[in-house]
Amino acid sequence: MRKFNQFIGFTFSKLAVSIVILTLFAILLFIFKRGFSVLNPSFIFEFPKDGMTKGGIFPAIIGTLCLSFGGILFALPLGVMGAIYLSEYAKSNIVIRIIRLGINNLAGTPSVVFGLFGLAVFVKFFGFGVSILSGSLTLGILILPVIIRTTEEAITAVPKEFREASYALGATKWETIKKVVLPVATPGILTGVILGVGRAAGETAPILFTATTFYTRYLPDSIFSEVMALPYHIYALMTEGTKSELQLPIAYGTAVVLLFLVLGINLIAITIRYRARKEKKW
Amino acid sequence: MVNTKIFIKNLNLWFGKKQVLVDVNMNIAKKTVTAIMGPSGCGKSTFLRCLNRMNDLTDGVKITGEITIDNKKIYENGTDVPTLRRKVGMVFQRPNPFPKSIYDNIAYGLRINKVSRNKIPEIVEKSLEAAALWTEVKDRLHESAMELSGGQQQRLCIARAIAIEPEVILMDEPCSSLDPAGMFKIEDLIEKLKEEYTIIVVTHNMQQAARISNFTAFLYLGRVMEFGDTNQIFTKPKEKLTENYISGKFG
Ligand SMILES: Nc1ncnc2c1ncn2[C@@H]1O[C@H](COP(=O)(O)OP(=O)(O)O)[C@@H](O)[C@H]1O
Ligand SMILES: [Mg+2]
Repeated sequence: MRKFNQFIGFTFSKLAVSIVILTLFAILLFIFKRGFSVLNPSFIFEFPKDGMTKGGIFPAIIGTLCLSFGGILFALPLGVMGAIYLSEYAKSNIVIRIIRLGINNLAGTPSVVFGLFGLAVFVKFFGFGVSILSGSLTLGILILPVIIRTTEEAITAVPKEFREASYALGATKWETIKKVVLPVATPGILTGVILGVGRAAGETAPILFTATTFYTRYLPDSIFSEVMALPYHIYALMTEGTKSELQLPIAYGTAVVLLFLVLGINLIAITIRYRARKEKKW
Repeated sequence: MVNTKIFIKNLNLWFGKKQVLVDVNMNIAKKTVTAIMGPSGCGKSTFLRCLNRMNDLTDGVKITGEITIDNKKIYENGTDVPTLRRKVGMVFQRPNPFPKSIYDNIAYGLRINKVSRNKIPEIVEKSLEAAALWTEVKDRLHESAMELSGGQQQRLCIARAIAIEPEVILMDEPCSSLDPAGMFKIEDLIEKLKEEYTIIVVTHNMQQAARISNFTAFLYLGRVMEFGDTNQIFTKPKEKLTENYISGKFG
């Protein structure tokens, strides 16, 4: 009987995993099939042409890269410092509970709310306008919870022995964190960066009002430029197009590029993490 | 004693409600080896960790009494704990080199303690030599310390501790995770180091205590049952409990 239960349990888990993987492949296959016809080098390296019915998506690729790296640039230092405070300095009390509650809520907030916040604060109040800066800051806030949580986990996972060794040599707490804890935690922190960049590159709502434009003939030349972005480009093609039979394949092609971009970013980060892990086995 | 380095007076320690050290009194002489013996859980590590205030890192610890090192009360308000720890080095039970290169493991403490940059290579070599590790690692200084064997790692930890020129070295069962060859190397090392340093070593191994120490303390349930000359403790123990422990009746 127990054997049988186990059999049922395993079968269902296997079934569930198969469904997940099949769905994933179905989505990929579907997008590839629809978008394949437009994929070629000029699609990647050219500007859109003829009212976005022809040409490429180069400015959108550049825009998405700028926005997601900009987002990380803000979120990483802030998130790491926050995580250090929460895991190393904060005593468990009411204030910390409230901070954690805040972070968890931030993680659960719909992304369009971030978009509105970015519009009100960065675009309007600080006067950064619709720009890379406003979009990056908004995305930065969006991915902050991910960075904080993974960094905190990475810091907590650093073996006590390393800290004690450092203290025993006369190091202060800050020196120990900076020179022992953070280097050891780096692979873990990179996991947060991977997740963060992936999330930032794929989001539409937070950049909708803060950074993106439907179409531009120029590449960004400063952090105050407005940009095109891949997810928004897809959205625009699907909703505002006039010649949908020409634009639909471009939208699917853009989706393929976006998928590969996120995959590429993840691969880079995974490689760095793998190298770091290999060097530091204990 | 004129040559006393460390005075320990009425030391009591609690972890939460649990009292772990009870009225510990001990005077430790300069440039000697003192062995701390006793059954598991009797408070040996805790006692050792009082001497460099490592217990400060544990939540809910309460300490009363006095520890004086070189006429300075180390638990007095205003004591600079990093400075104390620089003077009172520590080698842990499980070798714990940093996941850095062999060189950086030793340079770490030097950099922290603001030793000038151009002196570091020389001190690294000297410390590795003093820890009898130099010939084994001199061609691979920039490889990860995690690649070394357990015994080598422990000697690296000793090298790391002596690089910053402490005056006291605390060792918590430094050989417990090593094979006999590694153990004898560490024992030889302790023999040599006592010419310059005051060493307090926790050990489970009675032969080891007899071989390497000048003085021995026998701890039982957080109390010092007997403390004195190692020869005397092993040949004519004053306490019945000590005698039983030494003869292996419990432990
Ligand atoms: N951080 C701690 N919190 C609570 N109790 C502890 C802690 N560390 C040690 N103890 C307790 O204190 C006693 C002495 O421990 P320890 O000094 O490690 O013994 P020994 O090194 O002699 O084996 C043990 O009963 C142990 O359970
Ligand atoms: Mg112990």
